[in-house]
Amino acid sequence: MRATILLLILLLALPFAACAQTAQPMPDDPVANKRAVQLADQLRCLVCQNQTIADSNAELALDLRRQIREQIAEGKSDGQIVDFMVERYGDFVLYRPPLKATTLFLWFGPPVLLLLGIIFLLRYLSSRRKRVEQQPLSAGDRRVAEALLGNENEGERK
Amino acid sequence: MNRYLIPLAVFMVLVVFLAIGLRLNPREVPSPLIGKPAPAFQLAQLHESGKALGKEDMRGQVWLLNVWASWCVSCREEHPVLLELAKRNVVPIYGLNYKDKRDDALGWLKQFGDPYALSVVDGDGRVGIDYGVYGVPETFVIDKAGVIRYKQIGPVTPEALKDKILPLVQQLQQS
Repeated sequence: MRATILLLILLLALPFAACAQTAQPMPDDPVANKRAVQLADQLRCLVCQNQTIADSNAELALDLRRQIREQIAEGKSDGQIVDFMVERYGDFVLYRPPLKATTLFLWFGPPVLLLLGIIFLLRYLSSRRKRVEQQPLSAGDRRVAEALLGNENEGERK
Repeated sequence: MNRYLIPLAVFMVLVVFLAIGLRLNPREVPSPLIGKPAPAFQLAQLHESGKALGKEDMRGQVWLLNVWASWCVSCREEHPVLLELAKRNVVPIYGLNYKDKRDDALGWLKQFGDPYALSVVDGDGRVGIDYGVYGVPETFVIDKAGVIRYKQIGPVTPEALKDKILPLVQQLQQS
């Protein structure tokens, strides 16, 4: 029984062990460490594509995190490190795609569609208001309406 | 009539976009290295660790660089295709043994056969990163001047070999 409980506790602790491996803090320099984490947070892991290099546990992500740390240690700027990754893996590694001719639709498509939707909606609403306003109640309709509403309203009518 | 035509047209446009989206394979990220000089490397050979091999040693010939590892399951899938290609002697295949153990790699080649003119060892995956490798196996077609012309992500299938790689190799060899 005791052994089972111990085993259970150990099993429960396993995810923490896995986390400890991903964090991999740089022992000495907190500034460089922060930069490394920030950079890793902007880059996509190509193996598990919806994770950043910082989040991913894939071998490649480990290697790329190592690359980032080494290049920081070599004194490279953030821009140089990002360029290094883009040269090898393409714009796809960037979570924030650059503004280019090929990405214009990606950047401006949604706002343009939203704008078109708003224009369409406003035009529709104003045309509907006109239609509603332009139909005055005819005398016949009024009589029918009064008959339907009954006597209780008759006194209130002026 | 217009009332139905406009929504139908919008719907059709949407269908076209979704159909294109469904056909794209998100795993195949186009390599920015195509049309660029292959990154230089100088690595120890797999069979004779005392000897090195570099990119410049292949200058003047069209060659394939195949990234493989003994732990890679898809590599087994493409291996017969590579063996068949090696037998035909049309283009030399050089292997980049990626993040592998030497003994495992040698044992793997002994067991399944060795299609490579030579294999070099990229133990910590640095050359792999230079080549933008993210899913082993990957195969590069490199021309006489050392420029990357094509990249196959994932196993080389007989279709890919016949339709893309071999025609390209022939064209590059003639130029």
